[in-house]
Amino acid sequence: MWDYTDKVKDHFLHPRNVGEIENPDGVGEVGSMACGDALKLMFKLDHQGRITDVKFKTFGCASAIASASALTEMLKGKTIQEAEKITNRDIAEYLGGLPDQKMHCSVLGREALEAAIENYRTGGTAKHKLEGRVVCKCFGVTENEIERVIRENNLHTVEEVTNYTKAGGGCGSCRDDIAAIIGRVRQEMAAEEATATGAAKKMTNIQKIKLIEETIEKEIRPALRMDGGDIELIDVDGNRVIVAFRGMCAGCPVSAFTMKDVVEARLRQFVSEDLIVEELR
Amino acid sequence: MKVVYLDNNATTQIAPEVNEAMRPFLETLWGNPSSMHTFGGQVKKYIDRAREQVAELIGAHPDEIIFTSCGSESNNTAIKGYLAATDEPGHIITSCVEHPAVLSVCRHLHQHGWELTELRVDGRGQIDLDELRSSISEKTAMVTTMWANNETGVIFPIDRIAQIVKSSGKIFHTDAVQAVGKLPVDVGKVPVDMLTLSGHKLHAPKGIGALYVRRGTPLTPLIHGGHQERGKRAGTENVPYIVGLGVACDLARRHMQKEISELSRLRDKLEQGILSSCPDVRVNGDRKHRLPNTLNVSFEFVEGEAILLLLNELGICASSGSACTSGSLEPSHVIRAMGIPFTAAHGSIRFSLSRYNTEQDIDYTLQRLPGIIKRLREISPYISNP
Repeated sequence: MWDYTDKVKDHFLHPRNVGEIENPDGVGEVGSMACGDALKLMFKLDHQGRITDVKFKTFGCASAIASASALTEMLKGKTIQEAEKITNRDIAEYLGGLPDQKMHCSVLGREALEAAIENYRTGGTAKHKLEGRVVCKCFGVTENEIERVIRENNLHTVEEVTNYTKAGGGCGSCRDDIAAIIGRVRQEMAAEEATATGAAKKMTNIQKIKLIEETIEKEIRPALRMDGGDIELIDVDGNRVIVAFRGMCAGCPVSAFTMKDVVEARLRQFVSEDLIVEELR
Repeated sequence: MKVVYLDNNATTQIAPEVNEAMRPFLETLWGNPSSMHTFGGQVKKYIDRAREQVAELIGAHPDEIIFTSCGSESNNTAIKGYLAATDEPGHIITSCVEHPAVLSVCRHLHQHGWELTELRVDGRGQIDLDELRSSISEKTAMVTTMWANNETGVIFPIDRIAQIVKSSGKIFHTDAVQAVGKLPVDVGKVPVDMLTLSGHKLHAPKGIGALYVRRGTPLTPLIHGGHQERGKRAGTENVPYIVGLGVACDLARRHMQKEISELSRLRDKLEQGILSSCPDVRVNGDRKHRLPNTLNVSFEFVEGEAILLLLNELGICASSGSACTSGSLEPSHVIRAMGIPFTAAHGSIRFSLSRYNTEQDIDYTLQRLPGIIKRLREISPYISNP
């Protein structure tokens, strides 16, 4: 018997947003009956570019149904830019966690979302297809997908990769291959971390401010502008970065979210892990 | 909450008569049957009686019964215990639909140099006797196949298999865990050399099993130690459970004919009810040669775990061959071996009955099941108009 959280049980017994939408803006279909779970996700945008309606149909176990239902609830009211930041971990966390062996259900949700967004961006033409070398032939899992779950979920073992993607869970002949991919990705991750912290240490104050300005310009402002908002750098005091929201972002109910998950996350990623971003009130 | 228990191939309720019979050995008669004093030694006669009861159910001599801790131990003892006597690895034959308690043992030996043939099954779940005949070679040391399948209830033609194996002079073991107590099993008529049975599948507790070993069959013990079980299985006897197994076998023997007809009637009612109320359903396994208590059905386009959990909400206990319930990522090896398409394999559900099921249990299940299937099909992307 699986140890499901009350939230998983609730979404399984009372799934939200089941069905199909007429003339959707984006449709994503992933998985297959042979693999044991499949998900079809579709959404419609309002005139401001926010997801106003989202529906799903799924073939799968309780946690697959719950993951899909949870994802639709998370997507409502989000812009495409916000939606595409949702990771499989966000879905699992929304449900109060999933059993280890069921994490692949959350990955299926994220894959369906990605496919639906891709379909939307190509004007309803693109169908989801596998990218990169197929590692697991039983379940059709590619090297790209395996690398992605390792990075997003900080995975270390073949068993974890199997829990998250099913790769290696069939005939098992690709398990050595998966172990090699884990080795390579973990090495890359360690190297990236070393460069990131090393670069931050060597920066002078002026270099740091310049890099913050560049990051805001290239990585943050374009995303905010798509929603009619903007951002201004006010001051940099040691590791404290003071900014002000402008336009639609000023007074936006989700600006606190944008602050933490977009501005601070990007600055930490591109400048320094130690930065703390604050909003000028 | 109301519980409708339809998962009796997984485990069964302890019969009240069995419970009563065991009680004195947990309370007052707790001595060691090997002791010289009367307090302990008096217990021995109850073990002897239980051995007779088990032997009687399967037509054996009492001295051919070895008590073990479970079906898995019996299977391990039979296979490893017989093969231990041979000098170098040879060849074993089994079927690809065995319970893991046999299949894993054979595959383990295969990794240690034994040649292994896993006989295939057809769409009904039956092996090909010609394939068995042609697989037996000089190198073959033993053949082990189940009597009846735990997932589908399919009964192998065990008398013919045994005759083929014996006519070539090889040793034949059968895992009869699902057959004993549900079908007439008579080792006087079927020439098996060894036979496994398990207590908790026939209303005795978990933790007790037995292995029938025909007189003259060489066997090295799996568990070495004391002289118990005539030196074939060391360890102080589990007296209460041995007594319980004896009584359970006695009950099974006395009520067998009545139970077979009653269980098959209820099972057929369940089967017919499902087939007439749910579209896109298939019955898995050879319907002509099937345990009277077992029904394995596949509901197309829906997934087994979801069905089980919705049944569970209503107190109905069943099991599934779907990937999500097996702990692995692929559907049951039995269902796959029968060539059942993936569309149906993931939605396979097993209902298995016992003497404690009632007409009301079946009626209640038939009332609720179609709604569950319809509800899941409404979510399924593979059906546009469920």
